[in-house]
Amino acid sequence: MRASIFRSPSPLPGFGLSFGIVMTVLSIVVLLPIGALLGRGLMIGPGDLWGMVNSRRIWSALSLSFRAALIASVFNLVFGIVLAWVLVRYRFWGRRLVDAAVDLPFALPTAVAGISLTALYAPNGVLGQALAPLGIKVAYTELGIWMALVFIGLPFVVRTVQPVIEELDREVEEVSATLGARRAYTLRRVVLPTLAPAALTGFALALARSVGEYGSVIFIAGNIPNLTEIAPLLIVIRLEEYNYDAAAAIGIAMLLISFAMLLAINLIQVWSRRRIGLV
Amino acid sequence: MSDITFIRAESVTTEPRLARGLLIGGTMALIAVLLFAPLIAVFAEALRDGWAASLDALASPDARSAIRLTLIVAAIAVPLNAVFGIAAAWAITKFDFRGKAFLITLIDLPFSVSPVVAGLALVLLFGVNSSLGGWLVANDLKIVFAFPGIVLATMFVTFPFVARELIPVMIEQGRAEEEAALTLGASGWRAFFTVTLPNIRWALLYGVLLCNARAMGEFGAVAVISGKIRGETTTMPIMIEMFYNEYLSVAAFSLAGVLALLALVTLTLKSLLEWRHADVLAATRRH
Repeated sequence: MRASIFRSPSPLPGFGLSFGIVMTVLSIVVLLPIGALLGRGLMIGPGDLWGMVNSRRIWSALSLSFRAALIASVFNLVFGIVLAWVLVRYRFWGRRLVDAAVDLPFALPTAVAGISLTALYAPNGVLGQALAPLGIKVAYTELGIWMALVFIGLPFVVRTVQPVIEELDREVEEVSATLGARRAYTLRRVVLPTLAPAALTGFALALARSVGEYGSVIFIAGNIPNLTEIAPLLIVIRLEEYNYDAAAAIGIAMLLISFAMLLAINLIQVWSRRRIGLV
Repeated sequence: MSDITFIRAESVTTEPRLARGLLIGGTMALIAVLLFAPLIAVFAEALRDGWAASLDALASPDARSAIRLTLIVAAIAVPLNAVFGIAAAWAITKFDFRGKAFLITLIDLPFSVSPVVAGLALVLLFGVNSSLGGWLVANDLKIVFAFPGIVLATMFVTFPFVARELIPVMIEQGRAEEEAALTLGASGWRAFFTVTLPNIRWALLYGVLLCNARAMGEFGAVAVISGKIRGETTTMPIMIEMFYNEYLSVAAFSLAGVLALLALVTLTLKSLLEWRHADVLAATRRH
């Protein structure tokens, strides 16, 4: 490939080869399949697509998937910022172990997380038994879905916020203190705004991951239609009935809603960066 | 306080002692319940009937074929993704071309697609009732409900891992070293193997490690495309689900224990890499 309007000249070789590999693999693995899904949707037509999605069971599944993901991700946003702060700023016994363990949800397969959470929170499980006298049921309720999604999304905010805290300039906090600000005020008005863009990035990643999560949820959810049945499970059920059109309709609905959500978060991020003057 | 004493500088940039104690105690308690309890539960459940029962379960033909399949799938999908990741990082960091930001977005796309939707998309593309799938079946190439489909699904969900680790590191290292190598007469490949690769090897290993952990544990996408044919297309996570649904709790948790051990090994290696090669990997965390 010659240097052209498409790319500026470079003395380094290998653009054609590397770009060729990227486009080939990207097309076969990602773009063509997603294209096939959207193409299927076009073949069905928007009207029929809407007809297939517009049922009580699918709406409850979609709203459950997004609601639970939002609740778990908001929890992880708050907990993630606090945990990152504790891990960077405080010195205590076991800090390094916990720092390494934060990534456990990235390394532990979702199906493993799913069955072990179910074993813990089932009515005869260790934590399930402990919570039963308080009248709290976790397994086979929406609460269980939240627990699974909190587990899955835990590392994202911690890992995006941690490097920012490490690079924070303590002098800024000192200035704030010498100007008479209380510690809580400094944290709220000086520290938190600096962490906001990174925290939002982590939040968006956690949200995207939890919305589509399947493996860790289906074991603990109980999968009762209209109550604890998540949207990805409904896709699997339709596929097992060989009802490809209905599966594609739910899949497209999920794609569209996730993209709309990520776009919204991106816009908030642009706005927050502009507000505090970071690029 | 009437008499003012010296205040150490650090006391104004940290929280009161009580608040610190509460924060440490609170977060550690939550970590114990949210992270450590599920991990311990896996091993506790696996060993409920003792070591012998657990090892017997792992020696069953179902478990053994699942372990073998998972290893083979990872052995194919992970190196392919590593090659892809290196190519993507080379194209993106060594050249300036139009649509670069868009290309990066496309590479990250699998992170925002549900694994189940990924599996569904692959079924729709390669399944018998698509035109491509029809042609493949006519030529005796089976992808859906077969081994190639599992590899494709695994590649889809682990797609961005290696590229994401390499791109920030290669941006920080710039192009000058490779350009110098070329000026001194090295071929492109020689510059890559003797200059670029040594610079990025730890970041590459880091990415491969994370990619492998996800590849061996992928459930949703594989569940959809594998068709769950026992002994043929059942990877370890799928076999865990089958055992679990058949109330073979010890077998399910023993197989899960193997994957949990793999996760622990991954985390240990990852932490070692982070401590030893913090300078290189810092670039990854800054972006």
